[in-house]
Amino acid sequence: MSAELISDTSRADIDRWVNKYPAEQKQSAVMAALRIVQDQNGGHLTQELMDAVAGYLQMPAINVYEVATFYSMYEHKPQGKHKLCVCTNISCMLRNSKQVVDHLEDKLGIGFGEITEDGLFSLKEVECLGACVNAPVMQVGEHYHEHLDPEKIDKLLDELRKEG
Amino acid sequence: MANQVCFRNNHLENSWSLEAYQSSGGYEVLKKILSEKTPAEVLIEDIKLSNLRGRGGAGFPTGLKWSFMPRNAPGQKYIVCNSDEGEPGTCKDRDILRYNPHQLVEGMIIAGYCIGASAGYNYIRGEFWEPYSRFEGALEEARVAGLLGENILGSGFDFQLHAHLGAGAYVCGEETALLNSIEGKKGQPRFKPPFPAGFGLYGRSTTINNTESLASIPVILEKGGQWFLDQGVPNSGGEKLFSVSGHVNRPGNFEVPLGMPFSELLEMAGGVRDGHQLKAVIPGGSSTPVIPGEQMMEVNMDYDSIAAAGSMLGAGSVIVMDETTCMSRVLERLSYFYYEESCGQCTPCREGTGWLYRVLQRIEAGNGSAADLDLLDNVASNIEGNTICALGDAAAMPVRSFLKHYRDEFQYHIDHKQCMVKSDW
Ligand SMILES: Cc1cc2nc3c(=O)[nH]c(=O)nc-3n(C[C@H](O)[C@H](O)[C@H](O)COP(=O)(O)O)c2cc1C
Ligand code: FES
Repeated sequence: MSAELISDTSRADIDRWVNKYPAEQKQSAVMAALRIVQDQNGGHLTQELMDAVAGYLQMPAINVYEVATFYSMYEHKPQGKHKLCVCTNISCMLRNSKQVVDHLEDKLGIGFGEITEDGLFSLKEVECLGACVNAPVMQVGEHYHEHLDPEKIDKLLDELRKEG
Repeated sequence: MANQVCFRNNHLENSWSLEAYQSSGGYEVLKKILSEKTPAEVLIEDIKLSNLRGRGGAGFPTGLKWSFMPRNAPGQKYIVCNSDEGEPGTCKDRDILRYNPHQLVEGMIIAGYCIGASAGYNYIRGEFWEPYSRFEGALEEARVAGLLGENILGSGFDFQLHAHLGAGAYVCGEETALLNSIEGKKGQPRFKPPFPAGFGLYGRSTTINNTESLASIPVILEKGGQWFLDQGVPNSGGEKLFSVSGHVNRPGNFEVPLGMPFSELLEMAGGVRDGHQLKAVIPGGSSTPVIPGEQMMEVNMDYDSIAAAGSMLGAGSVIVMDETTCMSRVLERLSYFYYEESCGQCTPCREGTGWLYRVLQRIEAGNGSAADLDLLDNVASNIEGNTICALGDAAAMPVRSFLKHYRDEFQYHIDHKQCMVKSDW
């Protein structure tokens, strides 16, 4: 029905994932498909997009919603252009992730779950990112930023602002 | 000795490339097996001899696990690698994927050969984009070189291998939740039995192993099970990766012989951060019971020694805490994690983790009451052993052990509405 919401590039990408699984197991590609359409949409999912994925993979929409609401990397509200995901779990906490959070909140004027007015940044608290020996850690897009301190954060924010 | 197994190539330039891997003998074991048609039973015996124990946390012997597979039964079978790496404190598999992905690929092909599987998946957590890209790069190189795919090196053996990306869920590290996740479902654990060897991915016989377990296979078969066993101590064969994090001068991943004294490992990590004293250690990842520092200094890093000290080696994730650590604050954070990550399927876990978090939250906030410590013990004991998967136990164990060793600190919080220790973080 609404499958045309998925762009040609996204379709090609989803097809690549479908091909990894047995022919009768298209549903296995749903996690990748949701990620791909979320990226296409600038960082969050909508009902229409989830329905489009269901149509494209020929699976019941309810099963797509279940997956889309179970995993923490899917977003259902608009996010900043750069989503800053800060780990506050134990190893990062011991290495002062509180300072990272305080500094970011101070510099951006937002708290967890919020977006800056210019739409550039949103802040998210996340669980252990699996980089504990390089704590404190934050993920932005595909990249990890490790051994964070206020200077490093300032530098990174500047770079991201330049990117626009 | 150190860095002899999964980290043996890390010193090479572009260590993740096929060229680097082959320069140190990579894929030679696979070639030998395929050209000599070594019987799977012979290989499995060697792995049993090595006493390689599952590096994902449970420590189950890998050779034994493989022997449960009905390798000669007809039909599709699968080997699945667990690169979900979500247990707080754990970050070793990430470095295998980033720096030595071909050794994992070779290990998985050999595993497929041993258990009679012609296909495999590596489940990589969604946040690991860079490690995922390295792994995909290795798969592509291996395919082009004829080391992966149909009729590998003209041997007649076929093996297809793909990466699956998660999307953020600790519970997907549990092996049956992981299988559901690959099937495109919510990551909720399955009832066992049936075990994956009988009913696994898409209902087919499946073996699931941790990244480090599978990446160890080529080295074990190259140097022999006896060699691997000799690197460690009798019930804990080999070298193992330890992620040492927290209050040390040089946090890092270290691949060292099992049985190494904790004090030596601590020394490798630069010792407790300057000017501070050791207070406590969580030896195997956030789910494993905490051990007081002075006791830990006498413990060796192997499965039996850590068990004798009342904890578990787990995934080898050593979290070091110095005297500035408020145990109430740390436990509150951990209990939030389990509450957040419970999949909600079993009542004791779904409700119990919420109770643990709320009670610890009020204690930490200075609103705890005299009955709260007993309440925590009670809730923890009602979770333990009453859930489909071990996430419930993983939530209960830290609570039990923190209360056992540091009850006075929690009591102080309740009595004085503030913390006993001064922290600079
Ligand atoms: C809640 C939970 C999370 C787990 N997370 C992981 C994980 O991230 N990686 C892993 O290898 N094993 C994890 N395990 C253990 C797996 O269920 C399984 O025992 C392991 O992957 C088997 O591989 P091995 O025998 O090679 O260790 C987890 C278990 C539970 C209960
Ligand atoms: S605790 Fe922050 S990355 Fe593991």
